[in-house]
Amino acid sequence: MASIIDPKFKRGFWQDGEPFVWGTAAALSAILISITILIAVIMVNGLGVMWPSDVALLSLQDGAQVFGLPLREDPILGSDAINLQIKTGNRDLYGADFRWVEKGTVRAIEYPSDVYTLERMEYGNFYGRFKRLGDGAAPASSEDLEKAWQAGQEEKERIAAAAEEVNALSRRIDGISGRVLKLKHSGTPENDATLQGLLGEQETAKQELQGRMAEQSALTQALLAHTATFVDAGGREMTIPLMNIVRLYQPSQMGIGAKSRFYLSKIGELLFDEPRESNTEGGLFPAIFGTVMLTFLMSLLSFPLGLLAGIYLREYAREGIFIRIVRIAVNNLAGIPSIVYGIFGLGFFVYGIGGTIDAWFFPERLPTPTFGTGGILWASLTLGILTVPVVIVSTEEALGAIPRGIREGAYALGSTKFQTLVRVLLPMASPGIMTGFILAMARAAGEVAPLMITGVVKLAPTLPLDAEYPFLHLDRKFMHLGFHIFDIGFQSPNVEAAKPMVFVTTLLLVLIVLLMSSTAIYMRGRMRERYSVRSL
Amino acid sequence: MTDPVTTEESHVTPQKPAGGVKATSERPKAKPAFDFEPKIRIENLSLYYGQTRALFDVDMSMPAGEITALIGPSGCGKSTLLRTLNRMNDIIPAVRVTGTVAIDDVDIYSKAVHVDLLRKRVGMVFQKPNPFPKSIFENVAFGLRIHGESNRNSIEETVEKSLQRAALWDEVKDRLRENAMSLSGGQQQRLCIARALAVGPEILLMDEPTSALDPRSTARIEDLLDELRSDYTIVIVTHNMQQASRVSDWTGFMYEGYLVEFGQTEKIFIAPEKKQTEDYITGRFG
Repeated sequence: MASIIDPKFKRGFWQDGEPFVWGTAAALSAILISITILIAVIMVNGLGVMWPSDVALLSLQDGAQVFGLPLREDPILGSDAINLQIKTGNRDLYGADFRWVEKGTVRAIEYPSDVYTLERMEYGNFYGRFKRLGDGAAPASSEDLEKAWQAGQEEKERIAAAAEEVNALSRRIDGISGRVLKLKHSGTPENDATLQGLLGEQETAKQELQGRMAEQSALTQALLAHTATFVDAGGREMTIPLMNIVRLYQPSQMGIGAKSRFYLSKIGELLFDEPRESNTEGGLFPAIFGTVMLTFLMSLLSFPLGLLAGIYLREYAREGIFIRIVRIAVNNLAGIPSIVYGIFGLGFFVYGIGGTIDAWFFPERLPTPTFGTGGILWASLTLGILTVPVVIVSTEEALGAIPRGIREGAYALGSTKFQTLVRVLLPMASPGIMTGFILAMARAAGEVAPLMITGVVKLAPTLPLDAEYPFLHLDRKFMHLGFHIFDIGFQSPNVEAAKPMVFVTTLLLVLIVLLMSSTAIYMRGRMRERYSVRSL
Repeated sequence: MTDPVTTEESHVTPQKPAGGVKATSERPKAKPAFDFEPKIRIENLSLYYGQTRALFDVDMSMPAGEITALIGPSGCGKSTLLRTLNRMNDIIPAVRVTGTVAIDDVDIYSKAVHVDLLRKRVGMVFQKPNPFPKSIFENVAFGLRIHGESNRNSIEETVEKSLQRAALWDEVKDRLRENAMSLSGGQQQRLCIARALAVGPEILLMDEPTSALDPRSTARIEDLLDELRSDYTIVIVTHNMQQASRVSDWTGFMYEGYLVEFGQTEKIFIAPEKKQTEDYITGRFG
């Protein structure tokens, strides 16, 4: 046995496999590091946006003073000087929200406690001191300002309720117009009783609508008259209608608790409110809703289809050259650029099927398309065919991975092929099939290109699901977080102001995909526990 | 058990004569005469996997209520032969069978035979325990459910009876809802036997049922076979010649697709007629 004890024996460096282990570890580390950096960048930039930072008063060398939030520093190329970016807000006064100053020219930075930050319906934030309320006849304190603003907010809610009534009324008129169109299209004579009745109804509704609209605009005008005047650091006055102020606060006077509450309320706004300021401010609710609903509809269409196709390919189709070609084709479908699917969706679903539906069922509305234009149904169908190969492949693999003995065991008991499939094979394959679903869902939720030509819009006036009959409006256009990122990041008139929103939206999209995937992964874990063939 | 076709009269081969060993085959064949009524009768059976022939004109009969063992070296066709008895080879495409396999004088390869009903009457236990990844209870109840039984009490009763019959009841009666995968290999195999018994077969086919098990589990399965022998016709394929001699009443020795010799186990092991058989059982090859 001396031969196995040899102190001089040593395997070669490469035979030993040690470098290979390092290689594998390095590959994994590289992936983890890049993902971590990506997530960290998004988190740092996205999470900080909504924190109410103290407003600084910067005194410059030339004697000018300016309120603002110092954002970041950039070295100036070719010199030692450093540029400082300040968010100055007050776009209506200065023409821009941001300003670069050379750091050397800033003499002092203080944080005065009486500065207000105003979030406004238009022109972005305003930073300044409170001067007076209304025409300034009566002296007013900060408390008076906040009270007046509160009262204005309540009034605004009443106007919003009135606006909702106006909307309902105009939808009713639309409905009547549709029926009128239909009747006229089907050749009903002008003097037909039903038609005349409808026209009369439409007329009364229109008059009522005009009355309501006048009422609403009067209320708005009255409210707009309540103003407050603020001054910027240079002493320039700005009179702002109170109803245009979304939030007003003095960040330097807020403690950590108050700031945290404020932060949470901002997150609430983000999740549940409509966007404003061409999407650079406000909430993302329609986009979140659109994304989730799109993914859900896509799953509803793609998963059953892919599952059935996968079952046929694996269980019923006779193996042969044709099936092999089909299988290769399905695998390759997953590699087609998504924009190609988008174009296909536009040509086939929107113009082909949608156009046909319009010609058959809504001819009276033409040339205004109903289904013959982009909508959430067509977008989800397009995403459906884009993801269906993944579902087919995973279904096939999962069924194929079941040991032959299990099938034989079922057949040997006199089970038919169908019974075996439904009672034994599919439950066992479910974790693997779920993996395909998860991949498909994650891909669909992150896809933007095909949506851009099949129905996504920058700003959708209505959601595809609401309380109005027939509740599910598959023909409607929708908003989507992925498109939102592209839109506000690259198509916005005020890119610098939109930048924080890009990070927030990205963070939200990642979180939503994470949430949907983890739900599916949790379900897969449960199935795996139940149907695993591994001995415990 | 009653005549298998009484409940499914339409499945009877139309030209079935009244009894008699040679009933289904018109060709008179020279073959050893045995003094038993065969449960299973195989005549002139050949099987092809595509172009490859796996069985060559096999003729043999298996008596009711006794255990028949099939022995032979790997690849000799004994498993293939076993799987012709419940038409398990149907699953494999390009398999072609000629000749006759008759159970109770009904040709199971005739068009009128419904293969699901055949398999209900001819149970099978495999080499590797293959319980479904379901609960112990559901494993045994599976066969009942797929054959349309929905009465809960009746299912529970049959499950208990089958588990008792398979000598597993005492070990699992308190954990029927647990996953069958948590059982040991030997227990899993007895569960598979219980699962096969639950649907009420008359014939049990066993394809090397103990080759994946340890000696203790093997002994338990062999004891179980001994208990089952009077109620079922059992055909067992085994690699283990001691096992064949221990448990079986009849033994067939197969080699390269041919049935070399068939006879009573004692005779095969003590005084085989063919030299090939002798060489194999004395360990000179195989």
